[in-house]
Amino acid sequence: MTNILWIQNGRVIDPANQRDAAGDVFAVDGKIVASLNEAQQAEATVIDAKGLVVAPGLVDIHVHFRDPGQTHKEDIRSGSKAAAAGGFTSVVCMPNTSPVCDNAGTIQRIMDKVAREAVVRVYPTGCLTVGMQGEQLAPTGQLKKAGVVAMTDDGQCVQSNEIMRRAVEYAKMFDLPIMDHCQDASLTEGAMMNEGEWSLRLGLQGWPKAAEDIIVARNVILAELTGTHIHMQHISSASSVDILRRAIHRGVSVSGEVSPHHIEFTDADLHDYDTVFKMNPPLRTDADREALIEGLIDGTLCCIATDHAPHSPTEKDQEFDYAPFGVIGLENSLASCLTTLYHSKRLGLSEVIALMTHKGAELCKLNAGTLSIGAPADICLFDPDESWTVDANQFFSKSRNCPWHGKSLKGVVKATYVGGQQVFDGTSITI
Amino acid sequence: MSQSLSWNRKDLIDVEPLSRAEIETIFTAATAFKKAMDADNMKQPYLNGRTVVNLFLEPSTRTRLAFEVAASRLSADTITVTGAASSLTKGETLRDTARNMEALKADIIIMRHSASGAPNYLSKVVDIPVINAGDGSHAHPTQALLDSFTLLEKFGSLDGKKITILGDILFSRVARSNIICLQKLGAHVTIAGPSTLVPKAFEGMGVTVSHKLQPALEDADAVMLLRIQHERQTATHFPSIGEYTSSFGLNKDRAKWLKSGAIIMHPGPINRGVEIDSELADSSQSVILQQVTNGIVVRMAILHLCSCAYHKQAIELPN
Repeated sequence: MTNILWIQNGRVIDPANQRDAAGDVFAVDGKIVASLNEAQQAEATVIDAKGLVVAPGLVDIHVHFRDPGQTHKEDIRSGSKAAAAGGFTSVVCMPNTSPVCDNAGTIQRIMDKVAREAVVRVYPTGCLTVGMQGEQLAPTGQLKKAGVVAMTDDGQCVQSNEIMRRAVEYAKMFDLPIMDHCQDASLTEGAMMNEGEWSLRLGLQGWPKAAEDIIVARNVILAELTGTHIHMQHISSASSVDILRRAIHRGVSVSGEVSPHHIEFTDADLHDYDTVFKMNPPLRTDADREALIEGLIDGTLCCIATDHAPHSPTEKDQEFDYAPFGVIGLENSLASCLTTLYHSKRLGLSEVIALMTHKGAELCKLNAGTLSIGAPADICLFDPDESWTVDANQFFSKSRNCPWHGKSLKGVVKATYVGGQQVFDGTSITI
Repeated sequence: MSQSLSWNRKDLIDVEPLSRAEIETIFTAATAFKKAMDADNMKQPYLNGRTVVNLFLEPSTRTRLAFEVAASRLSADTITVTGAASSLTKGETLRDTARNMEALKADIIIMRHSASGAPNYLSKVVDIPVINAGDGSHAHPTQALLDSFTLLEKFGSLDGKKITILGDILFSRVARSNIICLQKLGAHVTIAGPSTLVPKAFEGMGVTVSHKLQPALEDADAVMLLRIQHERQTATHFPSIGEYTSSFGLNKDRAKWLKSGAIIMHPGPINRGVEIDSELADSSQSVILQQVTNGIVVRMAILHLCSCAYHKQAIELPN
C-alpha cells in the first residue's frame, strides 16, 4: 500500500529552499513530492496543521546515546524516542561509547541496533584515534565503509598536533568531516567550571577559556596547512568565536557549533553547586553567552547541536567534584532555542530552523534537513508560541540531567514524521 | 546573661549569608562560654542527650579536636568518623552515609570534605543541622569566625582595620571565609602572595591584591599566614618552597613593616621556616595558640545556636 501524507494549512518553513509561506506539504512513499493527483488525494492521510509551523525534521549532529556500554544512561531506543519527541529526525552519535567507535565491528553493531530499534535516523561517528587515546590513527577507511558520517574524538580532544594534523590529512582522502572537541587538557586538569569570579567564590577549580581558544586556533592553523575543513564542537568562549570569525573571513575552511545551554545559562547558575549545570565545556559568562548568540546571528557559528549527554540520576547526585559532566537537551532544544533566539527577537523563525536543520545536515553530508522535492519526508510540526513547563521526569530519555527542568519555555512539538511515517504525535511515540 | 539572642539557622555552611548582627550573636554566645571556661565552669548542659557526628572525610587534627572538645563541653555524645573508616571507601554515596547517620539518630553532622560545596549538598540531603568544618577550597566558616573573634578580643572593633592574608589564597578555604567575614565586620582586607596563587580576579570580592610583600604588610594591624604547600595541586604555581620563603616568608625583619602592636595569626598547621620564622611563631606578637583556644568557644556557640534553631528552643547561655 502506498503511504501518502498531506499536511494542510500550516506555515511551511523550509530555510534551505527559502520557503516561508502558508501552504501544504505532500509526501508519497516516504519522499516529499510537489503535489498529489486526485487519486492520491483521495487516499492520503490528511493532517490539519492550522496554526502550526511545518518544518523539516530537526537535525542534531552532536548527541551521546551511550550505546553500547552505558545503556543505563541511554540507549538507541530511548535516545531516538527523546529525539522524536523533540522534533528531531536525524541525529549524529558521538563515538565515546564502551567500547569506543574505533573499529568497524562496533559501528556494525550500532547500525544493526539502529535498524531494529531506532525511531529516527541515527548516524554513528568514528574515533579519530585508536581508543580515543590521541596516539594512533583509527582505521578511517574501514569506519567509513561501516557507515560513520564523521570523525571525532569528542570528549577527548586530540592533544598531539602531529596526530591531529595527520588525522585531518588522512580523513580528507575519505571525504569525511572532522569534528573536534576543543580542549587543551594541560590547562583543565581537575577543572570543574569556568575560571572567573564565580569559580573563585565557589572554590571550584577554574577552567580557563584559553583551553578552548588554544585548540580552536590550533585547528584553524591545521585547516590552513592541510586544506581540510575542521568543525569545532560546542564552542563556549567569546574569544573562540572571534578566532573563528577572523579565520572564516580569511577564507579558512572551519566552522563551529553551539549548544542550547551555552546560549541560555552562565557560570552564575552554578552558585548552589547544582550538578545539573556541570558540563564540558563549562558554562561561561554573560559576555560569552552574548558572543555566541552574535556568532549565530552573523553566521560564524553554523549550527546548533544539543550535546545531549545523559547521566543517570545517581551519577549526578553527588558532590560537585565527583559528578560527571553533561546535560540532556533533545526534548526541549527546539523550545529553548525558540525562547532564547526567536521570542527574544534576536533571530527570525526561519533562521532558527535553519540552524537546527539543513546547516548541520550539510556539514555531515546527511540527506536531511530540507523539504526539497525528492527529499526524505522527515517533518516536524510545532506550535512556536505555546508555553509549557519542562518536566524532565516526563522525558523519554532514560536520564534526567536537564538544566531546563522547571523552566517555562515557548514552543511545543506537535508531531514528528520520519520517511512520511508519524513517529511522535505530540504525546506518545507512535511506532 | 539576661539579654535574649535571636538565631534562625540550623546549618552553618558559609559566612557569606550571615549578617553582621548574626556574626555578633555568635560572638556574644562565644564570649559567654569563654567567661565560663575562664571561671573553670567547663561543662555546659545545652546538648545533653544529643549526639554530634564528626564526619571528617579529609585529614584534620585541630578542627576535629576543637569540635570534639566543643561538643563534649556542651555535654553532647560525640562520634567521629574519618574518611578511611567510613563506608564511602566501600562505594557508599555521601547521601546514603548521611541518611544512615540520621537514621542512627544523630542530632548534628559536622563535616570536613575535600570537595567544594559538599556541605551545601549535605544540608539538602538531611534535615538535621549541618556544620561545615571546611570544604575543598570553598569555605571554612568556623575558622574565619574564630579568627575574627580573636581579632576582636585584641582590637575591640575591626572597623577600618587593615588585615593582610598572606600565602596560597587560590586554594584556601580559610582565606575565602576570612575575606568575607572580615569585610562584614568593617575591616579592609589585603591578600598577598605569588601572582599565580593570588589572582587579580579576587578584587571582585572587594579586597586589595598585592604581589609585593612590603606594601601588603605596611600598616597592617594583623597578618594571617596560610600554610604553603608545593604538592600536586600547586606544583605548577611556583618554583619551590625555598623561592616562596625568600619572597614571601615572614621573618623578623619583614615583620617590622607591620604596624606596631600588630598581631600574627595562622590557622595551622604551621611550617616553621617556610611561611613563618620559628622565632616569630613563638613571639608575643603571635596569637596562634589563642586562636586554637577560641576555636573551642566559637564552635560551642555555633553548635548551641544551630541546635536551638533546629529544636525551636530559646537560647540560654551560662551566667
